[in-house]
Amino acid sequence: MASKKDQFISACATLTKGEAGNTGEWRAKRPIIDLSKCTPYKKQKDTCYLCWLYCPDGTVKRGIPIEIDLQYCKGCGVCAQVCPTKAIRMEVEEEFVLAECVIEEDTE
Amino acid sequence: MAEDLTEERVINVTWHGRGGQGAVTAAMILAEAAYLDGYQGVTAAPFFGVERRGAPITATTRFSKKPIRTLSPATQADVVVVLDERLLQAVDVLGGLRADGLLILNASSPPEIFCTDMDIAVATSDANSIAREIGLVVAGAVLINTSLLGAFSKASSLIQMKSLEKAIGENFSGQAAKINIQGARLTYEATRINRSWQLS
Amino acid sequence: MGAKLCRVQVIAAYPITPQSKIPETLVKYVDSGELEAEFIRVESEHSALTVCISASTVGARVFTATAANGLAYMHEQLHWAAGARLPIVMALANRGLGAPWTIFNDMQDSISQRDTGWMQVYCRDNQEIMDSMIMAYKICEQLHVPMMVCFDGFVLSHTVMPVEIPDQKQVDAFLPPYVPHLQVDGPEPININPVMLAGPRANAQGVFCPSYMGFRMRLQEALESAGDVILEVGREFGEVFGRSYECLLWQYRTEGADTILLTMGSLANEASLAADALREKGCKAGVVSLRIFRPFPAEPLRQALSGAKHVVIFDKNISYGNEGATCTETKAALFEGGLQPTITNFIVGLGGKNIVATDLEAATEEALKRRVQINGPQWIGVAV
Repeated sequence: MASKKDQFISACATLTKGEAGNTGEWRAKRPIIDLSKCTPYKKQKDTCYLCWLYCPDGTVKRGIPIEIDLQYCKGCGVCAQVCPTKAIRMEVEEEFVLAECVIEEDTE
Repeated sequence: MAEDLTEERVINVTWHGRGGQGAVTAAMILAEAAYLDGYQGVTAAPFFGVERRGAPITATTRFSKKPIRTLSPATQADVVVVLDERLLQAVDVLGGLRADGLLILNASSPPEIFCTDMDIAVATSDANSIAREIGLVVAGAVLINTSLLGAFSKASSLIQMKSLEKAIGENFSGQAAKINIQGARLTYEATRINRSWQLS
Repeated sequence: MGAKLCRVQVIAAYPITPQSKIPETLVKYVDSGELEAEFIRVESEHSALTVCISASTVGARVFTATAANGLAYMHEQLHWAAGARLPIVMALANRGLGAPWTIFNDMQDSISQRDTGWMQVYCRDNQEIMDSMIMAYKICEQLHVPMMVCFDGFVLSHTVMPVEIPDQKQVDAFLPPYVPHLQVDGPEPININPVMLAGPRANAQGVFCPSYMGFRMRLQEALESAGDVILEVGREFGEVFGRSYECLLWQYRTEGADTILLTMGSLANEASLAADALREKGCKAGVVSLRIFRPFPAEPLRQALSGAKHVVIFDKNISYGNEGATCTETKAALFEGGLQPTITNFIVGLGGKNIVATDLEAATEEALKRRVQINGPQWIGVAV
């Protein structure tokens, strides 16, 4: 009856990377992790992971060390804000882009 | 104003930028300049999508000799202005440009290297360097939106610089107005085009 | 009582006269343990419906009740409940809206919420309220669309009349447990009703999901198919409980009638008395009363009015600057069927103004005397 079999009765999205498109494209600031301050890395233990919990695009991978998927990280900086040991800092993306261009030109 | 235009011809300009770059502001200043230039019909509108710094955004400017009666986004632009050349890969910028249209890029490379397999005209201008040199920098970000208006005037010949300068002057005050006008002038001079372009 | 029989699990309501009796009774059931449910106290009607939306999303069968300005205060969340496709059932004691203040009956409150995507059923008596509540859950949970069970405030809500209470075991068999369309407590968390853009969106798996308009179209499709579901559930109810509701509108002495009195809600009872009186006088009068207002039963209405030369429409509501809502909708339905009876619209009973069979009879005679289309609504019962 009606739309019973329709998988789109109401709108929803899964909390995973890629649900909002290629969000890494938007990044104006890039998260840089200082592993010497990162709790799981320091303790060599699966712990903390607040950055994973709070990342709105699911781009943080739990593990030792943690990894951030830059293809989808939109640079919002929530991870840096919630990190209890201030192990993540946000740096201007443009400088990385320029640096990458230089590397590309060198290899050509 | 381009005198040889027919009364009905509507010129469509699409702006591609990133949230925070000022593409919407540029689109609006261009509309104001077009009005000052003698076009009776002008509109400017942003396309609302992801409203976030860094996310691709689109805005349109339209102008015509007669008042404009359409408000929906243009699908085929005569001129496309791109504020960040990396958007060429991220967004289908060229899909919305007429086959004989004009592409204006904020890029340091010469126009000849872009879109070599297409009939479009390409103009480039290194607005980033110009803006940085003259101090058009706010909170660490270089502002190139008004500078690219100079590139638009030079490459398209559709709007005179004096109208643009007046429009920029009306949107900024004091030193900010001066420096934005200077940016537009320098970018006008620095704009290079692969071939002369005329609206068809 | 109807809600209790349906074994609702969450109830949230803010006390407002005249619906107060419903939550008051339910609180007693919850307190005594007769009803295993959470009664959630809230500070406003807006919050009451928000609680229902949340509870329904996670799979609870929910119930709320309100009236008049309380319903108006829910307005934003009414849209949300329908858009989120939640089968919430609301008991609505129809009442006039301020200003000026009235606590008495008319249908301005629910008619004002016509376009929120909720189904609306209007009851003629208290037995129908009880039965409609039970059917409402079955209908809503099939369609994933909420429903207002509307009944005239005070006229029905505070009038005592005998009601046959269905057997709990029979209700349990008739109404299977509610299964929500989204699983929100699964291993993968989901973002419910996120921001939509104008075009379809590819999700992380590359599957294109509907746009805003795509979801809105699906809601319309659900309501378009609701008529059949309401009829089927009404028929099934008749089989189990002996009272069939296999109709979207009620008809009384419409056989061979050339004059139809068109009403909604409890006014149908008075209208049937008026029709009897008119028949006595030789006027071939009958009554059509809308049971369902959303989805609008255009096709059955066209059939019911196909032999009518004169249609006299009584509205306990008005769309200011135009006319009564059922009049407008009836005209639209007739236009599509190419039918052109004369139509007279009377605005009656606003703010509890008493309206009796003799008023309806006199109004009908007045309309028939003119024999031509009267444009604009006529008001009954306004001395000054």
